[in-house]
Amino acid sequence: MTTHPTSDQAEQSTARHGPDDTPTGADDARADGAAVAALIRRLTESFGERSVLTDEAQRRTYECDGLAAYSVVPAVVVLTTNAEQVREVVATCHELGVPFVARGSGTGLSGGALPVADGALIVLSQMRDILHVDPLAQRAVVQPGVINLDVTAAAKPHGYYYAPDPSSQQICSIGGNVAENSGGAHCLKYGFTTNHVLAVDMIAPDGQPSTLGTVAPDSPGYDLLGTVVGSEGTLGVVTEVTVRLTRLPEKVTTLLAGFRSTDDAGTATSAIIGAGVVPAAIEMMDQLAIEAAEEAVQCGYPQGARAVLVIELDGPAPEVDAQLDEVLRHCEEAGAFEVRQAQDDTERALIWRGRKSAFAAVGRISPDYIVQDGVIPRTALSEVLHRIDELADEAGIRVANVFHAGDGNLHPLVLFDAGQDGETERAEEVSGSILRLCLEHGGSITGEHGVGADKAPYMAEMFGPDDLDTMQLLRCAFDPRHLSNPGKVFPTPRLCGERPGRRQGAHPLQEAGLAEVF
Amino acid sequence: MATAASVGSALDELATAAGGAAVEAGEGDAVAGVRPRYVATPGSTDEAAAVLRVAAARGLQVVVRGRGTALHWGVPPRGVDLVVGTERLDQVVEHVAGDLVCVVDAGTTIDALNAEAGRHGQQLALDQPVPGSSVAGAMATTRSGPRRLLYGTPRDLVLGITMVRPDGVVAKAGGKVVKNVAGYDIAKLLGGAYGTLGLVTRLVVRLHPLPPESRWMRSTLPLPEAASAALALTGSQLAPSAVEVRREAGADEADVLVLLEGTQRGVAARSDAAAGLLGQEAQVADVATADLARIDAEPADVVVKVAVPLTGVTAVLAAARDVEQGQQVRCRVQGSGGSGVLMAVLSGESVADVAAAVERLRAAATGGSAVVLQAPDDVRAHVDSWGPVGGLDLMRRVKDEFDPDHRFAPGRFVGGI
Repeated sequence: MTTHPTSDQAEQSTARHGPDDTPTGADDARADGAAVAALIRRLTESFGERSVLTDEAQRRTYECDGLAAYSVVPAVVVLTTNAEQVREVVATCHELGVPFVARGSGTGLSGGALPVADGALIVLSQMRDILHVDPLAQRAVVQPGVINLDVTAAAKPHGYYYAPDPSSQQICSIGGNVAENSGGAHCLKYGFTTNHVLAVDMIAPDGQPSTLGTVAPDSPGYDLLGTVVGSEGTLGVVTEVTVRLTRLPEKVTTLLAGFRSTDDAGTATSAIIGAGVVPAAIEMMDQLAIEAAEEAVQCGYPQGARAVLVIELDGPAPEVDAQLDEVLRHCEEAGAFEVRQAQDDTERALIWRGRKSAFAAVGRISPDYIVQDGVIPRTALSEVLHRIDELADEAGIRVANVFHAGDGNLHPLVLFDAGQDGETERAEEVSGSILRLCLEHGGSITGEHGVGADKAPYMAEMFGPDDLDTMQLLRCAFDPRHLSNPGKVFPTPRLCGERPGRRQGAHPLQEAGLAEVF
Repeated sequence: MATAASVGSALDELATAAGGAAVEAGEGDAVAGVRPRYVATPGSTDEAAAVLRVAAARGLQVVVRGRGTALHWGVPPRGVDLVVGTERLDQVVEHVAGDLVCVVDAGTTIDALNAEAGRHGQQLALDQPVPGSSVAGAMATTRSGPRRLLYGTPRDLVLGITMVRPDGVVAKAGGKVVKNVAGYDIAKLLGGAYGTLGLVTRLVVRLHPLPPESRWMRSTLPLPEAASAALALTGSQLAPSAVEVRREAGADEADVLVLLEGTQRGVAARSDAAAGLLGQEAQVADVATADLARIDAEPADVVVKVAVPLTGVTAVLAAARDVEQGQQVRCRVQGSGGSGVLMAVLSGESVADVAAAVERLRAAATGGSAVVLQAPDDVRAHVDSWGPVGGLDLMRRVKDEFDPDHRFAPGRFVGGI
């Protein structure tokens, strides 16, 4: 629900606009000045001044992640270079009761790496070594700061790649991907980060190191790995990641199809999936998104298209060829007026360039915009798109639609001009209404950007109090003092150790002054 | 844990909670040899919650039962007062074919779900090592078969759950859409937990289209070559749905089987290419995936699930032969060479020899694990059923949060959880 300044506009206010509450990034863990001072002293002694940033101008460069409208300057920034350093920072924070937030490349779009004002920011971007690539075993072991695309670069000479491909893959880190369970255009067929991570080394919020998972599948015990992936940094800090490498497909075919309406494009999508074809990707852009992309990168999409589909097929050559016939037929039957097939890598790149530039491209046609991330069942696509149009018309706001049509993951871009009176509020209202629309259709408030600081207030609309309370049981097992990335994901934290109906008197943490009752 | 004086009223309360469906347990209700006092079979999530509230109030030890096909897996519980059976939770609640998503009650069998999904050309792509499994039972014990190579395991196929916590509170996690990162993935936490964290009453699963054509190819090769062929097929661009290895007890050779699924044209072309990797003996195999998935083990056999890196399959096959050489043990191995998850079925007269063979297999599983799924009591007493587990301290803390009184399947899981 936050605004993306599209240029270097004057610093925007950090006022938040949730449905009822406003996340501040540090609701549930507060450290006093003396504790922070002690932390800085001890870490400086251990790591030296160059790794422990206290200068305000330096700290300010870390005040936000990819969601620039939220900003909080952390009390101290620690640049770590190895797992032992991370352990020391976390253990010291735990000892002193100082909250901490881990940060990879800082490209997240939900404020997941938003710092805590009286806490430490642990920067992992210098931990950038690919430790091991084993193509025969289809595994790679990497540090958390390694850039997503660099894993593929290391694996490609052996005929392999790393499948999860968020649009930011040129700059986002594997550690950040693990925190957010990042997806991408190709997760329709290949799954998300959680399906491609076999093991992590992690520092729990009490400073204890653990290895969760093994290089082999199905490691015994609770699937803590499955809960840590996507936990948005609230269960600890990951210091090493073992990922699955995927064999490069024998053949890749990329198509661009122009339609006269999003309904037609949606019909084609449903027909393709209904025919049993699982494409590597099916992406849709509507007219406004096409216009923006055209203006930004001259991708040459079909003239006059009200919607385009980017469809990619991959796999063994004879299967791709057979599927191609099927896909072409369904596109034509749904009313595609032009279908182009990339003849080489250059043409493929051109088709994808329009799609991948879309978020940034709307900056060309609007001074400000909100990137929304919601999910609906694919069968509700047509209805939801019409409702989004109505919502936009009613509010006098434009909405461009770019999304992963195959799995119903929408990225409506709500366009507005913050300089116009009341327009920001109207845009945020539309953005919030779109999320509720997703929930009404049985969908989700986030498909891949995460809850972070941004959507924590909406969690209570998707989940009931008992659902959230159950998730908090897991949090309490890992982080009873809520020191690890506090204030993210959940609207209200649980007072750990509380057993409804059983406890009498004050909670020990409360008595010790370490926690407050909410 | 329940006292003798309260027996009558406990059963009454359970029956009231379960809509009348609670009885005194019979011999057939034993859990890995441990006999419960009562069996309740709630017919809805609400009834299940009411049953578990009674159990909580009375401090009853609880074991959750899907269809009872794998109750002999896992360590016998330290005690059990109440078995909660899910056989009345057997409805396919909602199948939205266009979304390839299905909502089912926990006790629905995979077969029943697939009968419904099949009418729309779809499937829950999950093979059954033990036939007749419920969907939730397969999830609770991480069951899988040959096609896990392409489709994954319950971990990859379950999108959301409704559960009842040990304190009787009903909670949901995940959702009804394939893509969703809102909140913690509690469904993954309950997967493979052997019912130690609560009772799953409903699941949302992801379906896949049934392929128009599928074909198994087979070759019989000496052990090292078999492992190499499996590795070559897995690393090929043929995108096989399954790569299986099967070594019979006493054999110096193994079958390598590969499953190709897709279009008629595509499968034909890929079969030719696969034959090239399988060697001269390669031929089309007239086998059913369900038969390959099944573990045929006698009650006296020991079944060990051995998980290794893909490059470790050779060592497991070699270890299986080694244990036969040294001791009076027979060791059959079958499973997904393509994903590194194999089942070893051991038999032998001497408990010590069989136990030593289990340890030998575990030693061969470098970087992986060897879990004893099934074993007679005397063998269990001699082996560590679960082997070393990373993150055990965190796991104990999770157990303490969900089940602070340790009433759910006590002792059945890793580290005595």
